[in-house]
Amino acid sequence: MYHASKSDFKTRLQTWLPKLVLSPSLAMVLIFVYGFILFTVYLSFTDSRILPSYGWVGWENYNKLWRLSHWEISLKNLGIYASLYIAICTAIGLTLAIFLDQKIRGEGILRPIYLYPMALSFIVTGTAWKWFLDPGIGLEHTMHLWGWESFEFGWIKDRNLAIYTLVLAAVWQSSGFVMAMFLAGLRGIDSEIMKAAQIDGASNWNLYRRIVIPLLRPAFLSAFVILAHLAIKSYDLVIALTGGGPGRATELPATFMYSYTFTRNQMGIGASSAVIMLMTIAAIMVPYLYAELREKK
Amino acid sequence: MSSVQTQSVQTGRIARTFIYLFLLLMALFYLLPFFIMVVNSVKPLSEITGGNMMALPEVFTIEPWLAAWSTAQVGVEPTGLRPYFWNSIKMVVPAVAISTVLGAINGYILTKWRFKYDTILFGLMLFSCFIPFQIVLIPMARILGILGLSGSTYGLILVHVVYGIGFSTLYFRNYYAAFPTELVRAAQIDGAGFFQIFYRILMPSSGPITVVCVIWQFTNIWNDFLFGASFASGSGAPMTVALNNLVQSSTGVKEYNVHFAGAILAALPTLLVYIVAGRYFVRGLMAGSVKG
Amino acid sequence: MGFLDIKNATKSYGNVEVLHNVDIAVDEGEFLVLVGPSGCGKSTLLNMIAGLEDITSGEIAINDRVMNGVHPSNRNIAMVFQSYALYPNMTVAKNITFGLEMHKVPKPERDEALQSVSKLLQIEQLLDRKPGQLSGGQRQRVAMGRALVRNPDVFLFDEPLSNLDAKLRVDMRTEIKKLHEKLKTTIVYVTHDQIEAMTLSTRIAVMYNGYVQQLGTPKEIYDTPENLFVATFMGSPAMNILPASVVMKDGVPHAEITTSEGQNALLPFNQENMSDWAGKDILLGIRPEAITDPDGVDRKSKTVVPISNRVGVTEPAGADTFVTMELAGKDCISRMRADADVTTGEIFDFVINMDKAVAFDPQSEMRIK
Repeated sequence: MYHASKSDFKTRLQTWLPKLVLSPSLAMVLIFVYGFILFTVYLSFTDSRILPSYGWVGWENYNKLWRLSHWEISLKNLGIYASLYIAICTAIGLTLAIFLDQKIRGEGILRPIYLYPMALSFIVTGTAWKWFLDPGIGLEHTMHLWGWESFEFGWIKDRNLAIYTLVLAAVWQSSGFVMAMFLAGLRGIDSEIMKAAQIDGASNWNLYRRIVIPLLRPAFLSAFVILAHLAIKSYDLVIALTGGGPGRATELPATFMYSYTFTRNQMGIGASSAVIMLMTIAAIMVPYLYAELREKK
Repeated sequence: MSSVQTQSVQTGRIARTFIYLFLLLMALFYLLPFFIMVVNSVKPLSEITGGNMMALPEVFTIEPWLAAWSTAQVGVEPTGLRPYFWNSIKMVVPAVAISTVLGAINGYILTKWRFKYDTILFGLMLFSCFIPFQIVLIPMARILGILGLSGSTYGLILVHVVYGIGFSTLYFRNYYAAFPTELVRAAQIDGAGFFQIFYRILMPSSGPITVVCVIWQFTNIWNDFLFGASFASGSGAPMTVALNNLVQSSTGVKEYNVHFAGAILAALPTLLVYIVAGRYFVRGLMAGSVKG
Repeated sequence: MGFLDIKNATKSYGNVEVLHNVDIAVDEGEFLVLVGPSGCGKSTLLNMIAGLEDITSGEIAINDRVMNGVHPSNRNIAMVFQSYALYPNMTVAKNITFGLEMHKVPKPERDEALQSVSKLLQIEQLLDRKPGQLSGGQRQRVAMGRALVRNPDVFLFDEPLSNLDAKLRVDMRTEIKKLHEKLKTTIVYVTHDQIEAMTLSTRIAVMYNGYVQQLGTPKEIYDTPENLFVATFMGSPAMNILPASVVMKDGVPHAEITTSEGQNALLPFNQENMSDWAGKDILLGIRPEAITDPDGVDRKSKTVVPISNRVGVTEPAGADTFVTMELAGKDCISRMRADADVTTGEIFDFVINMDKAVAFDPQSEMRIK
């Protein structure tokens, strides 16, 4: 370096001080995130049971994993849960946003009401909904008391339907957030475009379908990415609402990983399931983050 | 998100009625579960099991609240949620403070002292916010064991700082990216150094983003369950874990009213923050997903 | 050797060289303007003088001290930025004295310096305000105050007027010029506005594509542009560039061009050396004010030639009237007195002042000397 030797102290300080100050954070992330990921990947190829052990077993854990009906159920549940969760949150969020954008009186009160569940923990949400959905004391019981004797709402106790209660509670929690994202998107649209379309004679329906919704594409993408990664990570809500039951009816990969690793002492299999979860999220997040960071340049 | 902007969509009377109806129904949907929790947390147990959940209490009692706070059986001890509430406070305050300060400095460096590959480094930090934390549970449990931090509040502080830096860095980076670089250059010519520029020039203008970041970190860390359950399940457990224990593990009669009071207690801090500073909360949510 | 010496300075980002071998020597008290279109390298060069960007190769010295690798604050320079870069959280007084504070100047001296500068710039009543409470012109003054208070060797200005509205810009321009004449400081000033460059500078460096195209006094740059770029960049409306061929008549070299009516007109050069170009094509450069009506011609000029041409569009602009026409197959603009009697579409007898004409080599685009 020709200049480094010639530069004065202050200039040299300026070139290495920022890097020095950044390095603790960076080291933390590299060790606790990427180091740990590598470690878990490694464990997924070992015969670890109750504690990490280092006997190499190749792909055995993965082979076992894919043969487990428990894992298959978790994946199937995740498929149902994630797709409904994303679809319904998007639909409700978009509808609320478009309706709220019609110069609604009391928007300032409604908006925070739609959004407040986002401030609650999934454990609180789960506790509230668990009880609300309980046929013995919750909604069904109330309807009976109000004289609607034939009303039945026992999804949470039903093996085939319990997964939908998970969707219900999760939608309750997150749809307001999606509403906020779409509303921000709507407010960012140039109002002259809307005026131009109206002068062109577009009906409200066509205005939204042909002009506005296509312009909201970035918001759709962000909503999808955020919701998808939340769905894959869903753990707390299951624990609080159904505990994975009845039976295994609401097991998700996140609960599967936890129980295999820490209660069933199958750490190798637990690790391999965690790796698959990571891969799935990475497949969604990495291209998204890459595109976002590139745009900024 | 200003409401002053003029929107030029015209809607008819019937359409408007339908819109209002829909919006009100949805408001009911979001309010109902919480309303029921509040109402039933001040009823005696007999009124809940025997009566209507929608009904207002016939006998108003704060017994369930007192029980949830100080006498209810959590796990094996009849301590109430109080000790766990303080556990959460002792965990949240330092974790939020540290991750916010680190995030601010990182954001400052990544925007005003750019160097080769800084975007890649930032990308690595950012991705760490989105990983499924299951992937780090096993090694983290080991490391905390080795460091002697298992089951302790310090362990949780470390964990939350590590996995919170990504977001706090993101907030400050995006904020400082819009902060005029000419100010930094002017300060350099004026003779201010690396830290002086940060303290004297950027920090005084960082109020709003600091609020956003603190609220976000506070909400996330307070509401965390996975790390709490994995690394501090005993007497060092945070509020969420204790609430879950309270609700799940009661043998014998389920004291629903106490559970509700407990759930509201667990939700209260974040809810208060939301009510007081909702605007910043929303900004944080947005900045965490839609960058730029 | 100048007071500010830029020797063979080069700047590269990676493999891309954005500034090529710049050599400029500025004397003490000079007002040098770096002018050029955006992306020409003028701001990069200014930042290199300031120390905000390092120098890839070459050398920059101020007052005989080589500045390569020296921290901006140790160069004894001050800078006024395009956005003014006033610290939003500090009062005007703090803004002005921040640099002194950073250089550990004791408080009484700082206050004294603040007093004299704020008096000079007439901003005494603003000292307790925050930048957000100031108008554009006031911010501009404060930014200059911050620079002046340091009493630097060299002042650097980075497009300081581009954020002001048109009227204020003219006022501030005059004020900067007054300040320079009063304080006799050395100034390097970056702008893309060629009028600012002409009015303020003692010398101009016209830059394009990372090269200094021409360095000279405003008059040299305007009257004898080194090449086609400088000729067309400086001056508004731009110089007319007309294809012509050189013919000899009566032993005098003439430029032959075609009028709008298809006739050939012969315009005599008063440069002997144009004879070397006899029979060849050239580009003839004529400023709009050198094509006028016969009454509007500069009386000191020796070579004034009449030419009949059809008037295209007339554009009265108050002080002047601009007339566009087709000449030598190109659009051509003439600048006339406001009350010149021209009508759109008529054939009009123009005169061309060949004293002010320049010729360029069509291949190299350099001026023929």
